[in-house]
Amino acid sequence: METVLKNVRDRYNVLHETHTHGVFITVSPNDVIGLLAYLKNVEGFTHLVLLTAVDWIEENQFQLTWLVNNPVLKQEMGIRAFIERSVWPEESVMDSAHHLWPAAKTYQRELHEMFGIDFPDSPEVNEPLILEYWDQLPPYRRDFDTKKYSEETYFPREGRYTRDPKTHMEAKLYAREGKKQ
Amino acid sequence: MNIVYAVATIFITINYGLVLQGIIGKVYARVATRIGLRIYQPYINIIRQWVTRTSINHGIMYYLGPVFRFTGGGGILIFLPVIYGAPFFSSFSSAGDMLLIMYFMFLGTLGMALGGGESGHPYAAIAVTRGLAQTTAAEFPLILAIFSIVTQYQTLDVNQIVAAQQGSVLNWTLFTNPLATIAAMLAFLGSMMRSPFDVVLAPQEIPIGPPTEYQSQFLAMLMTNRTIFPVAKTILYVNLFFGGVALQDSWLLTFVIFFLKTFFVYMWSVFVGVSFPRFRVDQSVRWFLKAPAALGVLAIIFVQTGM
Amino acid sequence: MAKMNYRKRLIDFDKRTVESPDGETFEVNPMQDYYCDAKPKVHPPSKIAPLETFYNWCRAESIFILGFGTGCGAIEMRPLMGPMYDASRFGVFWRPTPRQSTVFFIGGYASVKTLKRIVRSYEQMQGPKWVFAVCSCTINGGMYFDSYNTINRLDHYIPVDVYVTGCMPRPEAILDGIDTLKKRIKEGRGEGANKYAKNFEWYKANQKKIIKDWDMPDYNW
Repeated sequence: METVLKNVRDRYNVLHETHTHGVFITVSPNDVIGLLAYLKNVEGFTHLVLLTAVDWIEENQFQLTWLVNNPVLKQEMGIRAFIERSVWPEESVMDSAHHLWPAAKTYQRELHEMFGIDFPDSPEVNEPLILEYWDQLPPYRRDFDTKKYSEETYFPREGRYTRDPKTHMEAKLYAREGKKQ
Repeated sequence: MNIVYAVATIFITINYGLVLQGIIGKVYARVATRIGLRIYQPYINIIRQWVTRTSINHGIMYYLGPVFRFTGGGGILIFLPVIYGAPFFSSFSSAGDMLLIMYFMFLGTLGMALGGGESGHPYAAIAVTRGLAQTTAAEFPLILAIFSIVTQYQTLDVNQIVAAQQGSVLNWTLFTNPLATIAAMLAFLGSMMRSPFDVVLAPQEIPIGPPTEYQSQFLAMLMTNRTIFPVAKTILYVNLFFGGVALQDSWLLTFVIFFLKTFFVYMWSVFVGVSFPRFRVDQSVRWFLKAPAALGVLAIIFVQTGM
Repeated sequence: MAKMNYRKRLIDFDKRTVESPDGETFEVNPMQDYYCDAKPKVHPPSKIAPLETFYNWCRAESIFILGFGTGCGAIEMRPLMGPMYDASRFGVFWRPTPRQSTVFFIGGYASVKTLKRIVRSYEQMQGPKWVFAVCSCTINGGMYFDSYNTINRLDHYIPVDVYVTGCMPRPEAILDGIDTLKKRIKEGRGEGANKYAKNFEWYKANQKKIIKDWDMPDYNW
């Protein structure tokens, strides 16, 4: 693993590295596809485990994570890239990796639908995957208020109430002892 | 008067078939260590389908499909001497011969194919091709066996075939022509729509075969036929290979013999059904064209050379 | 509007002229040729009361469930088929096609995508038909009450006869629910299909509110 990291450091501008829960390296979005191709073709990371995104709304960024796996040496590595978070209905744009792994197109369809991240040239990226013809703010963006949407759309049944778990369990378990703390 | 007898025969057969279906459902359940359905459940199922309030018709052939099927089952039944020598249960058996019965056996399948085809459902079309392929393959050893016994008895008349087997148990075709019997009994499995040859109608396969679109009263008609057809077929086999059911001194004894014979011939398919897993269509076609077909050819040679 | 330029429909439902292999040309209108869009009618029960009672008894004692697992609760159907609980002794069977089944077993949460299929399957079933909804999700959304894609109340989209609560209910609870359904049918209260036909406009409006790609006729039995 160290040799792989060293090779990567020599060739690409690694912005950040973490080793706490597996190896994750951060590179600039322009380098990502080249790095993935290098890892796949030269270092033997032939398996794309997943491609996912995180919405950092405070930093106005989307974090994309590619998880790749080397099935021979049983090594796993994450590649991160931060792209600019667009304001809906503008879409963020990222390069597609479907030419390396055909399965990537499904992940990219999902990200396009759920986060509004476009991958130009990825096949079928514009077709609906899970949400059929969703026409609003993509639901995985953090400024989408899912509870409000649900209440407006799905006829909530009256009578649902929530308790604060802490006070409720205290009242239930220690009722005789009076209020604790 | 024959018509009344024929209708009565069909009516009694339906009831016998329904009870048999309940018993067999119970057998299947007990093999799987379940308690199983109630014996009278098939009656309720059929009545329940008859009293459905809505039904959809997809066209003329769709409508006629169940009718063809019923004609196939009922046709075999009324042209067979159900009880040999009795005026009551022989209905039209003197008017038809083996060829007519063979024709009726395939009529129902063809009607179902046309009806299922018109329903327009792709699953029905696939199942029809599967069903026709498998039924044709299963008929092949059966027809060889029937050629064999027809040449053996020098007649196509079922009544005379039964008459030739009277007198002693050793006169049965089972003992005079064992090869033909074995070939025909193996072919019997293929037409009973039980495992291992139930890929056409099995719910777990492409559901549920040709009747995918059939509902309500159409389905009730098909279910009625599914009770008649196996029983009619069993009676045919009893007539051809197991000495038939001759009229005894008392009607009670006659019926006991009738039920015992048909029950055990029917049970043959159930025993195989609960023991063996399902064949694919290509496997079952190959299976029928190997051992059973070879046995059928041997049976013809056996009869012709007079060995 | 968003930049998403979705293709209009996955299947083309427009009118078109088709050439057959024999060289004939003919017009195809999928909306009319592939579906029938006649509105549902109310089919009143038989006027002869004892007869209707007998019919209802038959209907109740022979329940054909549509084997369509719409959510996680559908996993609870499998023990019912097996030797442990064996629902077939109560006259409960599974059919693989909606045409032949009478009870629709909604197993748990129904997402919008599934709901479209639920509505289609429900309309294809032959009446009288009943809906048997298990799990909390069908009642008030359950743990998915605030989900952007899961409906909260099933009875706004199709008429429901019996609810079974739990997350998920045990097979015993489902057997008890089937008993309740039988009782309802025998008392002549299982008229969900007629209710659907009567309040057709309301149900349709609710369905269309959430199903965005309505690429089928309003009623496609």
